[in-house]
Amino acid sequence: MGRYVIRRLLQTVVILIVISAITFFLFWATPANPALLICGKNCNSETVAQVNATYGFDDPLIVQYGTYMQGLVSPGGRTIGSEGSERECAWPCFGESYQNGIPVWDSISDAFPATLWLAVGAAILWLFFGVLLGLIAALRKGKLVDKLSVGLALFGVSFPTLVFGYLLLFLFIVKLQWLPFPDTANAALFTVGPVKWLQFYILPWMTLALVFAALYTRLTRANMIDTMNEDYIRTARAKGLDERTVVFKHGLRSALTPIVTIFGLDLGGLLGGAVITEQIFSITGLGKFAIDSVLSNDLPAIMGVVLFAAIFIVVANIVVDVLYAIIDPRVRLS
Amino acid sequence: MTESVTSAALPDARAGKPFLEVKDLQVHFPTDDGLVKAVNGLSFTLERGKTLGIVGESGSGKSVSSLAIMGLHKGSRAQVSGEIWLDGSELVSMSVPEIRRLRGRQVAMIFQDPLSAMHPFYRVGDQLTEAYLVHNDAPKAVAKKRAVELLDRVGIPSPQKRFDDYPHQFSGGMRQRAMIAMALMCDPQLLIADEPTTALDVTVQAQILDLMMDLQKEFNSAIIMITHDLGVIAQMTQDVVVMYGGRVVETGNVRDIFYRPEMPYTWGLLGSIPRVNRSGDGRLKSIRGTPPSLINLPKGCPFQPRCDYQQYVEGHSCVDELPELLQIATGGHRVRCHIDSEKRKQLFAEQIKPKL
Repeated sequence: MGRYVIRRLLQTVVILIVISAITFFLFWATPANPALLICGKNCNSETVAQVNATYGFDDPLIVQYGTYMQGLVSPGGRTIGSEGSERECAWPCFGESYQNGIPVWDSISDAFPATLWLAVGAAILWLFFGVLLGLIAALRKGKLVDKLSVGLALFGVSFPTLVFGYLLLFLFIVKLQWLPFPDTANAALFTVGPVKWLQFYILPWMTLALVFAALYTRLTRANMIDTMNEDYIRTARAKGLDERTVVFKHGLRSALTPIVTIFGLDLGGLLGGAVITEQIFSITGLGKFAIDSVLSNDLPAIMGVVLFAAIFIVVANIVVDVLYAIIDPRVRLS
Repeated sequence: MTESVTSAALPDARAGKPFLEVKDLQVHFPTDDGLVKAVNGLSFTLERGKTLGIVGESGSGKSVSSLAIMGLHKGSRAQVSGEIWLDGSELVSMSVPEIRRLRGRQVAMIFQDPLSAMHPFYRVGDQLTEAYLVHNDAPKAVAKKRAVELLDRVGIPSPQKRFDDYPHQFSGGMRQRAMIAMALMCDPQLLIADEPTTALDVTVQAQILDLMMDLQKEFNSAIIMITHDLGVIAQMTQDVVVMYGGRVVETGNVRDIFYRPEMPYTWGLLGSIPRVNRSGDGRLKSIRGTPPSLINLPKGCPFQPRCDYQQYVEGHSCVDELPELLQIATGGHRVRCHIDSEKRKQLFAEQIKPKL
């Protein structure tokens, strides 16, 4: 198992290098001109040339890519800027934003907690309600509860997050005024305390969780119905086990296995930012950061957020594979 | 229908009720396509220490009947009627909590295809001890000792070590043995074996059957052997029920069925057994046609559409009228057929027997 994990981690490095290269060269394939962006309003050919020299835009792309990657690979980071105004950029160096000169890594570490809270809170919510509804629906298949759950799930998957989020916002904040307007300051649990924090996150959680809860309901229901028709469930009943043991110990254990896989990947994906939800509720998380970077052609920021998100997805894949082997003894990692 | 198949076994010493008596059992499943009449009026009796064989092709209602004895249709949409008396208690009307106490303890079942019948995520040993602990308030160590004992008894090498294996680490034959061990954890008085050897190759099959006979002697349990393998029937059973389309079409002791069969379906089954010493052109005979739909059972004899001997019946009774399961001669031999008994004997002797 240990060797397997190490091998997978090494593969991860390769994948990340490929992703970084694709992002980097794709950016330069667009008609973007970061030098113009950096030199600002008072641009003339002279200042542009100066910027190009400072940032190394004159160098061949492959050299620029190498310089960039050096900041990620070498433990000492790299130096940024031209002679006279050199700055140390400590590892992991994702460069500085073209937009405002802030080191990208600082922006990412600032934005990440908000995204983490959002993703984890929503994940707990959708996992709990999705699995619960799916389980109830499966056990009462064909009954009213089942039809309600399936209907709710259909509603959930087909209702656009964008609409649902604004609807919640309008209803609970604008109309009923049960909750205060979202204030980014309240995203920090340890400075504002749990009440304000909860008030800030409750609607984003619901918004983000709706689609996933609906998917998980359908998935749990389908898996559970399949599992309860398995021969080993009949065997469990034939032993004289009570129905609760049959359902939870023998049924749910099998039915949840594929859900572990999907949950890991979903959560891993969301840790890279939940763009729409963050946008609706003005959460300054990675999703919002990603959008802003793309809209302002900010290459270092784009590279940073893409690689950061990619790390979560790749690591989530490894975690899921290892978990799967632990849950299902038929899967042996080697 | 009040037909009852008296066991040709020794007279019951208790002179009262037999150990197991199934009376006019019916199992119907409502589906979107209509009512599936899987079992229609099955009756038989069985004493402890004896083995009853139930034969018939797929979909004839064999497995469904055995699940009814275990009460495993309860809670599903199946409609079960009739009576099942086991050692003085009636099972069809019994509540689920009550019958749950019998399952695994008094009645145990060996399922076919033990790869899917054992939980893939739990160790074989744990699945065995679970069967013990649910009925016995004993420490885990006792259950484990019992499980290791039984694994050893069914012929699993180094059972102490194999106890911790998962089902997928067992071979097919070993899984079937483990399945038998699981069924025996609580010394059941009635053992229902649903095609226990179908998935196994013949050498393992013989070992498993020997094992079951040994265990039967040891525990004096009654066995219901469900199979479509007449070889297994000949080797294991004293009494045989031949089912077709959810009905008993012929029943009797094993000699009646093999040497004096009178129902054309039984003839067909016997004709389809491969024999090493077969004379003639050596081709296996199959029964033409397919089993009847259990939703639209024929009005008359269920076997009529496939029967090659209906010309020996005058009129259209084969099509119009369900034949009664009638006793012939003495003993428990009963046959459901419109053809005159004398004529059937003659047909068997002249046309069937020479070709077997």
